[in-house]
Amino acid sequence: MTTTYAVLSEGLEKRFGAVHALRGLDLAVAEGTVCGLLGPNGAGKTTAVRLLTTLLRPDGGSARVAGHDLLREAADVRRRIGVTGQYASVDGDLTGRENLRLFARLHRVRGPAARAGELLERFGLGEAADRRASTYSGGMRRRLDLAASLIRRPGVLFLDEPTTGLDPASRARIWQAVRELKSEGTTVLLTTQYLEEADQLADDIALLDRGRVAHTGSPAELKALVGSHVEAVVAEAGALPRAAAVLDRLTGREPVLDHERNAVGAVTTDPTLTLPRLVRELDASGVPLLDAGIRPATLDDVFLRLTGETTDSKEPVA
Amino acid sequence: MNALAHDGLAMTGRQLRRVRNNPGLAILTQMMPVNMLLFFGYVFGSALAVPGREYRSFLVPGLLVATAAGGLMTGMFQAAQDTHRGVADRFRTMPVSRAAVPLGQAVADLVVTAAGTVPLLLVGLAVGWRIEGSAAGAAGAVGLLLFFRFGCTCAGILLGLLTRSEEAAGQLGASSFVLPLLSDAYIPTDNLPGWLRALAEWNPISAVTTALRDLFGNAPVPRDAAWPVAHPVAGSLGWCLVLTAVFLPLAVSRYARAE
Repeated sequence: MTTTYAVLSEGLEKRFGAVHALRGLDLAVAEGTVCGLLGPNGAGKTTAVRLLTTLLRPDGGSARVAGHDLLREAADVRRRIGVTGQYASVDGDLTGRENLRLFARLHRVRGPAARAGELLERFGLGEAADRRASTYSGGMRRRLDLAASLIRRPGVLFLDEPTTGLDPASRARIWQAVRELKSEGTTVLLTTQYLEEADQLADDIALLDRGRVAHTGSPAELKALVGSHVEAVVAEAGALPRAAAVLDRLTGREPVLDHERNAVGAVTTDPTLTLPRLVRELDASGVPLLDAGIRPATLDDVFLRLTGETTDSKEPVA
Repeated sequence: MNALAHDGLAMTGRQLRRVRNNPGLAILTQMMPVNMLLFFGYVFGSALAVPGREYRSFLVPGLLVATAAGGLMTGMFQAAQDTHRGVADRFRTMPVSRAAVPLGQAVADLVVTAAGTVPLLLVGLAVGWRIEGSAAGAAGAVGLLLFFRFGCTCAGILLGLLTRSEEAAGQLGASSFVLPLLSDAYIPTDNLPGWLRALAEWNPISAVTTALRDLFGNAPVPRDAAWPVAHPVAGSLGWCLVLTAVFLPLAVSRYARAE
């Protein structure tokens, strides 16, 4: 069976003056899957979404979205997509119900009032339906946003950082909604800075780095590429270089120091590096070891490894 | 139904609902000209050579037109707000006729404006303003007033789409209150120094105000004024046509353009 792609882009380019935001974006999202577009701020995630949702015109390259050419058939693309994110929003001066009815009318849905009511119930906004959206909490507003993008069961749903700034409970609700949509067959393209979010939701991840896709794969594949994360916590800062030297020798990779925690970490793909061996080697070198561990790589490690950037403040050893 | 009419109607409904949900702003906006009528009419009116009642009759058409020119400000602010808050982007990602968004905004604005002239006219009647011409003339005056408002709103929408930020639009809009000061809306222009008089009389507000005074029968047309004021009905229709023909297509294409 051949795969059909809900989103397929080739060499998408976008410049903003001197800033080269996208330098040839090649992206393939298979129908019915959730694809996580992951990258640090400035990697081009939002630009990619704005291009693929017809909000921006590319300076080069081409793309097909939901079966239509992005440039020549923009109107057909708009009929088949839903967009929720930092940018596409709802009208705060209208109530939740008025917003959804308006969007339903614009989408030519039969029975816009019924559709609005159905979505309000589904997203737990029934009670707040007749209040102005500007009075909603951040989580409610995001749910209304999501409901607005689902008015006509979109072929492709774009979620641009859908949970940024939300509390854990609201985040869980959005995640649940995304899982339901996937089970209904909706293709989802999701951008996020949260590694855990991509890990939880995405079938495939595209790592975006400086306007290009640096790597793609399932979360498990990406983590396997990197291997496991080895860490040692020492009793005194003076012992860090010695511990780092041991880790360097065992893993063959450049260790990362965490001065705040007196810890040193490195990644390894060597299956013979077990915890007892790690402890023996560190002990033999006279490192005052407090804690040691080997755990499967996180997407954070993947990030560091594949893009040379990290999402936290650990500094690599010079 | 034609797509533009369908979407335009939905967008008009959206703007009217916003006013209904947030009536305070609309009421404040409508109170402005009423306050100015009382303030100018009695404070300035008593200092001017013209008798007070006569000045207030002169002032009512001026305030109607100055308020209509405020479409520049309202149009700009709303368009900038929609852009700034991301609602405009949602419409852009939807299968919505591109002209429907600016057009719906302008049409809804006309409805609000038409309703807003009622309190000003009632207070005008209370302080001595009258329709001194024919009913047909008065109807023509109202039609002209709304046409002028429409043109100003289109110009405002374009500016709002260009400025994008609510704050900038608010600042720029606030400064637009000087426009009627440079016209014959509040004072006769014949005593102004030559260059200033020419500037004031080529201000579209002057032609429309003079046309309203003429159609309501409130004041004679100053025949020695610049052409648009000396031929106020033709002159103001010309201004309205130019405003609409220039700014409506520009606003629509600016809205539809993906960057």
